[in-house]
Amino acid sequence: MADIRAQSIPAISPRQVLIILAALAVVSIIAFMVIGAKGSWSFILPFRGTKVWSMAMIGTAIAIATVLFQTITANRILTPSIMGFDALFALVRTVQVFFLGGLSYAMLPDQLQFTYETAVMVGLSTLLFRWLFGRAARDLYLLVLVGIVFGVLFRSLGGLMQRLINPNDFAVLQDSLFASFNTTDQTLLGISTLAIAGVCIWVWRLLPALDVLNLGRDTAINLGINYNRTVAQVLVIVAILVSVSTALVGPVTFFGLLVANLSYLVIRSHKHILILPASVLISIITLVGGQVVLERVFGYDTALAIIIEFVGGVVFIAMLLRGGRT
Amino acid sequence: MLISPSPGPGGGFLLFRHFGPMPKLILGALAILVLALISLFIGVSDVTPMSLFSSSPDDRPMQVLLISRVPRTLALILSGSALAVVGLLMQMLARNRFVEPGTAGTVESAVFGILVITIFWPGSPLIAKMLAATVTALMGTALFMQILRRIPLRSTLMVPLVGIMLGGVISSITAFFAYRYDLLQTLGTWTLGDFSGVLRGRYELLWVSAGLVGLAWLAADRFTVAGLGQDFTTNLGLNYRRVLTLGLTIVSMVTAVVVVSVGSIPFLGLIVPNLVSMAVGDNARRAIPWIVLMGAGFVLVCDIVGRVIRFPYEIPIGTVFGVIGSMLFLYLLLRRRPANG
Repeated sequence: MADIRAQSIPAISPRQVLIILAALAVVSIIAFMVIGAKGSWSFILPFRGTKVWSMAMIGTAIAIATVLFQTITANRILTPSIMGFDALFALVRTVQVFFLGGLSYAMLPDQLQFTYETAVMVGLSTLLFRWLFGRAARDLYLLVLVGIVFGVLFRSLGGLMQRLINPNDFAVLQDSLFASFNTTDQTLLGISTLAIAGVCIWVWRLLPALDVLNLGRDTAINLGINYNRTVAQVLVIVAILVSVSTALVGPVTFFGLLVANLSYLVIRSHKHILILPASVLISIITLVGGQVVLERVFGYDTALAIIIEFVGGVVFIAMLLRGGRT
Repeated sequence: MLISPSPGPGGGFLLFRHFGPMPKLILGALAILVLALISLFIGVSDVTPMSLFSSSPDDRPMQVLLISRVPRTLALILSGSALAVVGLLMQMLARNRFVEPGTAGTVESAVFGILVITIFWPGSPLIAKMLAATVTALMGTALFMQILRRIPLRSTLMVPLVGIMLGGVISSITAFFAYRYDLLQTLGTWTLGDFSGVLRGRYELLWVSAGLVGLAWLAADRFTVAGLGQDFTTNLGLNYRRVLTLGLTIVSMVTAVVVVSVGSIPFLGLIVPNLVSMAVGDNARRAIPWIVLMGAGFVLVCDIVGRVIRFPYEIPIGTVFGVIGSMLFLYLLLRRRPANG
């Protein structure tokens, strides 16, 4: 729909926006690979390439998870990480070390562990979601607050269990739970890429249904969507993506919120086929570009996560004060 | 649990029904005393009433008791009761049940202050750290109150939400500087409550918070009035700004003292006043003694649990209370809200 502003200014269509975003993403990736490169390319290419690849995977996972979560919850302020899903995955991991012991945990193949943990995560997060939205359905603030407190609970439970396991086991665990975009867990990159690719195909097939979900529950049912089935599928997708991003980088609270809202802002359409790619591109630009600027220009290294939390917190407060639902 | 006050004039436990408020308070105080005694005699080093009597005052058991155990138990009682009362104070001033120093940016601002003084004056004495933390805590809380005034239609739950987020923003600033100056690890000791480092000579500052709690009790009626709003307060002949400033100063100072000495304990100031008000009602002056007792009791129990559960190692109270506190907070949030079908 063309509003008055779009008629008076030569409008940029969403497709053009996507092209610009893609160009920016490519530029930031090239900048990350090239700037400050000294030494042989046979070392730099694989070294930096893996980093860029893992950042791209993390960005994709968080962006898609957040946008889909906001579609099924019908608002723009809730994200999986604000609702405590990240912390839940970290807890699942801790519980596993707790019962298996660090040694047998470290001896299990990473891929197997990860698949298993993701399966547990899918089950638990679906339960949590159903319970929360069944109880607190219409009160947005209650939902967010309950989600945050659940996050604290999961983190404290995790902390408690980490203290209960012996120090060696703890060392195994600590490696896998600390957030830094620069030192991600490389061994899981392959299986994460597979998982994300699979999820993308799944999302692709769900696209028409997702657009209809945006019209609200009742309308969607009226238009012949199997609402409960679709929401259940989306929840599984979100849980898988949260597992991937948390396993790769650790918990990051506000990144998804920032990226999703930025893409609604630049795309101005409700079609998922436009919003999803835009959010993925924006998160790649933010992560890779932000890393370039911080690392090469200012000489800081892992502070990107901290800066994202700061900006995200400010944006979140502003959105709360404005009313959240717009 | 610790106290069994009657929910109304006719209710209450059979045993306590004929007692007035005073005897019940005395029973509560006795319960705290028992907990304090248990707390004194738990630990790796062999300190029992028997070993105390059978050895001379210069021997190990007596020394351990005086240098480590007694200070620790006192610190527990002092900080637990002070945090709980300060929580009530915040709730009256912000007119919101779900506000406490941890959900208003106060704790995070205090930590920021400690970080700043640690960067500019490494090795500063505790009292200097405490003063710096008080100043920043006051600033952070004032900022929170300012933001509250901007919220046109206050949803009860939005207020703590904004406070928690403000705290998050402030702690990300803190984390940024801590990261730049390699102080991230030190940061952990202020953000996670832990009483295992309390020794003679390192907890005495907490007595300041006891004085402040006494002050809060004396001025309790003023705070109750101030909670009814600026117009109402002025109408009753009180200087609203002065009462508000006094209240916020007490809150900031107590928070600063506790964070500097033992670290923060999440949600304590939120849960205790709410549980007490469910039992004895909202009259501040009547509630404060109960809040003092229950705050101390809660902290004592959690500390004992943390020391026993993985004996001989210790689990910091911040972690233990994080679990119990967030569960109780969830209960407070979700109770009386029927499932929405």
